[in-house]
Amino acid sequence: MSRVALLCVVGLAAALAWPLLVPNYLVTVGMLVFFTAFIGQSWNIAGGFAGQTSFGHVVFFGTGAYTSTILQVTWGWNPWIAWIAAMAAGGAVGWMIAVLSFRAGLRGSYFALITLAFAEVFRILANSVPFTKGGLGMLIKADPSPANFQFKDPIWIYYLALLLCIVSLLIAWQLTRSRFGARLVAIRENEDAARALGIDVFAEKVKVLTLSGAMCAAGGTFYAQKYLYIDPGIAFGVDKSVEMLLVSMVGGAGTIFGPLIGSFTLMGINEVTRWLASVVPALKNVQPLSLIVYGIMLILIVARLPDGLMSLFRRRPRHA
Amino acid sequence: MLEVRDISKSFGGLKAVDSASLDVASGEIVGLIGPNGAGKTTLFATIAGFHRPDAGTVSFEGKAITGLAPHRICAAGMVRTFQITQPFAGISVRENIMVGAYLHTADRRLAAREAEAVAGLVGMKDQLEQRGADLTVAGRKRLELARALATGPRLLLLDEVMAGLNPTEIVEIVGVIRNIRAAGVTILLIEHVMQAVTSLAERVYVLNQGRMIAEGTPAAIADNEAVIEAYLGHGAAKVLRA
Repeated sequence: MSRVALLCVVGLAAALAWPLLVPNYLVTVGMLVFFTAFIGQSWNIAGGFAGQTSFGHVVFFGTGAYTSTILQVTWGWNPWIAWIAAMAAGGAVGWMIAVLSFRAGLRGSYFALITLAFAEVFRILANSVPFTKGGLGMLIKADPSPANFQFKDPIWIYYLALLLCIVSLLIAWQLTRSRFGARLVAIRENEDAARALGIDVFAEKVKVLTLSGAMCAAGGTFYAQKYLYIDPGIAFGVDKSVEMLLVSMVGGAGTIFGPLIGSFTLMGINEVTRWLASVVPALKNVQPLSLIVYGIMLILIVARLPDGLMSLFRRRPRHA
Repeated sequence: MLEVRDISKSFGGLKAVDSASLDVASGEIVGLIGPNGAGKTTLFATIAGFHRPDAGTVSFEGKAITGLAPHRICAAGMVRTFQITQPFAGISVRENIMVGAYLHTADRRLAAREAEAVAGLVGMKDQLEQRGADLTVAGRKRLELARALATGPRLLLLDEVMAGLNPTEIVEIVGVIRNIRAAGVTILLIEHVMQAVTSLAERVYVLNQGRMIAEGTPAAIADNEAVIEAYLGHGAAKVLRA
């Protein structure tokens, strides 16, 4: 255990020092690693710990992004306060989807498909209702100042992403040592047994999806504030859902550090393949190379390391 | 303690349980036997809230619990185990049992301590770190028992905890069940292993084709004509007596 603690301290020190040592471009890459780890963790809490695999987690991400952006642009709210509203909205959507699907008894792949459907419905709605400005998307006026949740120096957005990531790690850590977390794992492992042992499966699943939705929505606002622009394709696009699921699965679903390791790995591949494509002429037209490598990697991991990269670090539980 | 009155449950056209009644008094060990497909497990599942009965009532300690959700029945003090064991495969035995213990405490250390105590009671002290998936059949049966016990029940419904065990293991688990009763837990058990039923249960109910056909002490049941015929076929009682 102390080895893990030591690694955490070293990792944290490296993460804090990183933006002071590297050019701005790599600061942004680091920011993306932590940001993706954060939204990946929001998926992991529901999909990894509680086993409620979602293919449409982006619905929460987009809800958060649109809620804070609309409140800010249309209603003149301060973005920090709008951020809180965005989390509440994400939690509410999580609650709603959970109540609807779990009341109907949807499990496993049926639940995954219904979340995908919700995300698509939200995307189409965002495309067609007037208050989201439809397909044109929404632009947040650039006005860099910390009070405005906009930063001139990428170092601050980097540290904010790091902070979010740390908070998400703490939440996941708390899950591994609390009754709520134990119940989620029980539900993942065997729903009937969980019910027989006094667990209100429905209530716990609703709780976890509400929490996960609120977290993911926080990521949506963060993203909108970083790029100052959202449209239905960005906010509710399937690729973000896949990204969240992928980093968790690659790193290790249901583990504390899985999403972070997955995010680190995928962003690493992204950067390396981009660099390769720029120096190896033969690869110039293979675009995007990173997706091909992701695909191969996912196949390898599903086939060889179904518990993700984390299982390389963990000592196997003792067998009798 | 437990009163089951005229419970019926059908699946499609099949009447799995047909107006079955039974009583369990506090402190008893009661057996429920019957040929394969008699409806024992369905009756159990209905009592424990996993199926809603088509007709009939269940009351536990004087309170009506018919149709309540399983988690509420468990919280009321009655818990079932599964014939086909349902371990939480990916987590350790300790964590498995802790899930049960968490019913009464949110404190992790307390739950862990309780899990260890229960593991001691069912003879799993040396397997606490093993994963649920790595247990033998006997280990899984014990784990079912341990998890259920950790919820602190007053009535335990055991569904064939001895099926698939070898004679030594059966002797061991019979001892474990005796200890559980001695600790003040009332037990209703479905069992196929007759030797175990006769040595454990004070009273036995016999279910056949969804109907309760007999009730009495194990000795009386073994001599009951309807019971012998249910197991061995029509006319068997006469042949045996000849």
